[in-house]
Amino acid sequence: MREIFYLDAINEALSQAMTEDERVFLIGEDIGVYGGAFGVTLGLLEKFGPDRVIDTPISEPAIVGIGAGSATTGQRPVVEIMFSDFLLMTLDQLANQAAKMRYMFGGKAKVPMVIRTTGGGGTGAAAQHSQSIESVLLHFPGLKIAIPSNPYDAKGLLISAIKDENPVIVIEHKLLYKKVKGPVPEEMYSVEFGKANVIKEGRDVTVVATSYMVQKLLGIVDKIQAEGIDMEIIDPRTIKPLDIDTIVASVKKTGRAVLIEEACYTGGFTSFLASEISLRAFDWLDAPVQRITGLDAPIPYSVVLENEVIPSEERIINGIKKALL
Amino acid sequence: MPQLKKDMLLDMLERMLQIRHFEQQVDKFYMEGKVHGTGHLYIGMEAIAVGSIFAISQDDLITSTHRGHGHCIAKGADLSRMMAELLGKKTGYCKGKGGSMHIADIEKGNLGANGIVGGGIAIATGAALTVKQTCSGQVVLCFFGDGAINQGLFHEAANMASIWSLPIIYICENNQYGMGFPVKKAVNIQKLSDRAAAYGIKGLTIDGNDVIGVHDTVKDLASSVRKMSGPVLLECVSYRWKGHSRMDAERYRTKQEVEEWKKKCPIKRLQKYLTDSAIATEKELQDIEKKVEGQIAQAVDFAVNSPFPDKNEAMTDIYA
Repeated sequence: MREIFYLDAINEALSQAMTEDERVFLIGEDIGVYGGAFGVTLGLLEKFGPDRVIDTPISEPAIVGIGAGSATTGQRPVVEIMFSDFLLMTLDQLANQAAKMRYMFGGKAKVPMVIRTTGGGGTGAAAQHSQSIESVLLHFPGLKIAIPSNPYDAKGLLISAIKDENPVIVIEHKLLYKKVKGPVPEEMYSVEFGKANVIKEGRDVTVVATSYMVQKLLGIVDKIQAEGIDMEIIDPRTIKPLDIDTIVASVKKTGRAVLIEEACYTGGFTSFLASEISLRAFDWLDAPVQRITGLDAPIPYSVVLENEVIPSEERIINGIKKALL
Repeated sequence: MPQLKKDMLLDMLERMLQIRHFEQQVDKFYMEGKVHGTGHLYIGMEAIAVGSIFAISQDDLITSTHRGHGHCIAKGADLSRMMAELLGKKTGYCKGKGGSMHIADIEKGNLGANGIVGGGIAIATGAALTVKQTCSGQVVLCFFGDGAINQGLFHEAANMASIWSLPIIYICENNQYGMGFPVKKAVNIQKLSDRAAAYGIKGLTIDGNDVIGVHDTVKDLASSVRKMSGPVLLECVSYRWKGHSRMDAERYRTKQEVEEWKKKCPIKRLQKYLTDSAIATEKELQDIEKKVEGQIAQAVDFAVNSPFPDKNEAMTDIYA
């Protein structure tokens, strides 16, 4: 199978979804001529025209609210919010409106809106362009959250998101865009939500990682293996819905769990996951669940400091070893 | 301005009376402690919702506010299901999940009330984008209050609607107070519609207690807005007779001020017009009032006797 970049996989998913369904359109800041801040939507304006690739003024809350109103009235908007940090500006429209409309209205509304955004650091963009805010979003019933770690999932999860009848946030990682290539089918396909990907089977420890942390982990598999540790690696793909059964089944097999995420330690997604594992697999655990996360600090600018805050290879290796003690 | 036919005028009167009596009943429920939650009453402002919604067609869309019962009733909502919703009953518009601030009737073009001040402005604008994209020929009425016009979202949404010429009328109901904060202290302009200039769109300020005036203005605006002439900001000046919500000691205004505004009652004004110009008799007006009283009694009966939702309902309708 051909191998393409994560960014190209997303572009292809958008293009195919727009070709298939004329209700699908893109809306966001500089997604047209500019092609998006990271170039993800390049070429789509030429292909689909300005009525379906809509450049907006810089007004994130209204962009999300307009997406919600558009979705409620039958369209299928794919909103781009350049950095997930900016999603925090839109929380009313996202969490109070889009997420809750269906419930508040007694099941009568549908809000099939997708928000594509970018998370994560490692780019030297500092504290307001590098956060991983997925645990903030995790807290609101009504939202779904996909967090692809490779090109195949990036395309398949985005297509699932566009076909979903609910508001879905797809968090892409900036470092994956042009760094990670992988096999991606040319045709349209969906990656099912709530179905974890067991990337590698193993006996000794279950390692759950999300987004760029999956790639970081895959880059050091050999080093860890050299320590005599046989990991089972799981990527949840969507953290809401979460395929807890696959993760728990794996932990019951290995007896140990290490959870890796880039977001801050306190209140992170993996703290919820750790609690679920201890509730459901306590008797099978041979060691405390280890969490390897970002530090409880804003993402700093200097590369030395940024590397300190984001989980490093060294921290990951040490954390996994600790679970095996 | 076209002269309204008698039937239409009497229908508008009936709808205004439905709102008035519905709200009085809800107020009574509050006093008696029969409503678990809170709400915001529309009494005194009936001419805005009724005048403007009678000026559009049934297929057209609206978004409402936290003070939304009036818009719902004007758009043709079922009084019984509304009353049931307020009492948290299974038979309510939202199966008891939304309450006063979240009544929506999507099938009738009501995209929902909103608990967040100004929260519906972008949703309405998104609906107007759908209208434009699908060439459906509809118009969107976006209701919000004088408090909401100071939310950043209004600026963002009105700006986008203006650059895309969306078919939407932003109807700012100036009822003089954002909770207890007087509009005169909240803005440094005389008319809220002056803000239209910032977006290069048409702005108008009208008497929100004159139902015929509101109707004719919105009718006129809607016909050009439908032709994609661009959005409009329409300020309707009125007054909220009751407190902001269930709990309000009203320390920010005088009884005298409230009494002065009550003299400008939009319903009495329409009734007087109808009798003075011999369009309807006192008897006809009394009959309408009696009919409405009956409708409200029926709604109360339905709501009170409806069952509460099953507990399992708490976990349904979260996802489609």
